[in-house]
Amino acid sequence: MAISIDIEKKLKGFTLKVKFDSGTSRVGILGASGSGKSMTLRCIAGIEKPDRGRIVLGGRTVFDSEKKIDLKPRERRIGYLFQNYALFPTMTVKENIRCGFRGGRKAPEELIADYLKRYQLEGLEDHYPSQLSGGQQQRAALARMMIGEPEVILLDEPFSALDGYLKDVLQKDMQRFLGDYSGDMLMVTHSRDEAFRFCRELMLLKDGKTLTYGDTRELFEQPGLLEASRLTGCKNNSRIERLGEYEIFALDWGISLRTARKVEDDMTHVAIRGHWIRGAEQNGENCIPFHAVEYVETTFEHQYLIKSPGMEDSVLWWMRPRNGFHEDPEKNLPPYLYLPPEHLMLLKS
Amino acid sequence: MTEFLQDINWSPLWISLKTGAVATLIAFFLGIFCARKIMKLRPGARAVLDGILTMPLVLPPTVAGFLLLMLFSLRRPFGEFLFENFDFKVVQTWKGCVVAAAVIAFPLMYRNARAAFEQVDINLIYAGQTLGMSDFRIFWKVIIPAAAPGIASGTVLAFARAIGEYGATSMLAGNILGKTRTVSVAIAAETAAGNYDVAAFWVVVIVLISFLVVTLINIVSGRGMNGRRWI
Repeated sequence: MAISIDIEKKLKGFTLKVKFDSGTSRVGILGASGSGKSMTLRCIAGIEKPDRGRIVLGGRTVFDSEKKIDLKPRERRIGYLFQNYALFPTMTVKENIRCGFRGGRKAPEELIADYLKRYQLEGLEDHYPSQLSGGQQQRAALARMMIGEPEVILLDEPFSALDGYLKDVLQKDMQRFLGDYSGDMLMVTHSRDEAFRFCRELMLLKDGKTLTYGDTRELFEQPGLLEASRLTGCKNNSRIERLGEYEIFALDWGISLRTARKVEDDMTHVAIRGHWIRGAEQNGENCIPFHAVEYVETTFEHQYLIKSPGMEDSVLWWMRPRNGFHEDPEKNLPPYLYLPPEHLMLLKS
Repeated sequence: MTEFLQDINWSPLWISLKTGAVATLIAFFLGIFCARKIMKLRPGARAVLDGILTMPLVLPPTVAGFLLLMLFSLRRPFGEFLFENFDFKVVQTWKGCVVAAAVIAFPLMYRNARAAFEQVDINLIYAGQTLGMSDFRIFWKVIIPAAAPGIASGTVLAFARAIGEYGATSMLAGNILGKTRTVSVAIAAETAAGNYDVAAFWVVVIVLISFLVVTLINIVSGRGMNGRRWI
């Protein structure tokens, strides 16, 4: 099973141009809001019509502008989880789930009971959506979608309406539900953490264009493009000058660095995630003296914006786990920071 | 007082109620039908057609009456055709009362239904489509229930407007006691004849009925709202 897309659609302000072929059944589209990721999902679902291109889901062509194929949403055998879940407000949970059944006029009661149980909705079958919590609504929407046995499920920012504790629990539940699902999944999100968690492959979208596409872990490790590194949340980057096969000079940081990967001629930037920077007691290779110019307090880590003597305009973000809520961020600061060669990302702009 | 009531010819009341009920029924289905069709159109065509459908609401009822008379007159092609082929006569008949009231009440039904449809979360429709539901089923099982409060209020207003219709009715159906004289036509006729007490009686009757109907349906549709609609 695979999803293969190559579409174009003119929108207000920009043109959506998306192209990818998935090799796995857990695919994510990561992009900022307004990048066109939801529109891509709606095109796949058949809610919106691309100006031209092709959409193939699991070997079935559901859209092809040249061959004049444009299946209706109901013929595409997809499940769509809406951001606001779109449960039918005048129907009970049970009636909602019944609407998702595709095998004929009426769904067997046992089947509905089975889905109520599977999605932990027992006892809520006669409730209306407005009487449910956010998590229950999401499970009801999932049950309604899954009872139709879709071949592809499309998840539109499934956790954006939730927060805190509930979000963590729901993400765990969702991972379990998805574990039982053998079809393809395509998730749209603006959260790199959700993308990392749920998707084996990732497409990065910026201003309607496919930036890059690849294995999620690979992409986080070596995004390849400066924009891609930013989109995956990396805040530290610098222009570079190539000094040798495994050596660069980071112009904005004012330091020479050894790299684990070979430096190609067309590489223009280096970047490192703040979480991979470590403290060091002694100066050495890839080590820099520093002082913190700003401090950001977060729940479980200290975030420092640091400067090294060679830096002019730029700063480095350094994330350091904290040992307790009362820990003084100024105390026990190491004299040097170490930028591990294996975590340096070499990028093209 | 009893003598006064005994002398009253009650037929205008029954004709008004009957007319209101039938006209509302017609306006109800036609209004929903048109609202649904209009929602599917492109914005440009929608604006023009919406304007035409709303005309009876903004034009003086006498204009509607005149146009209807031109359409249904037995001396004109369409009216003649209806009469010769279906023995269907509108001018100076009770059917005329119904046609006039339905035309005047229609925009209220249509506009309320359309506003109610526009309030329905478009994602509900998309959700229904991706779930494999037919458009027919989505419309009657999802949209109509979600739009029920707006549709109910449109129905009430249409009924209230239909039983009170005067201008178009008097032109198209005339003022025949026991046939086409509705309460509002009776009020005008009795006032013109100087029978202020009879006119006042009908005024009280129509005020009471209108108030009763509106309040009653408000209570009924309000009950359905309990924790069921929207979020």
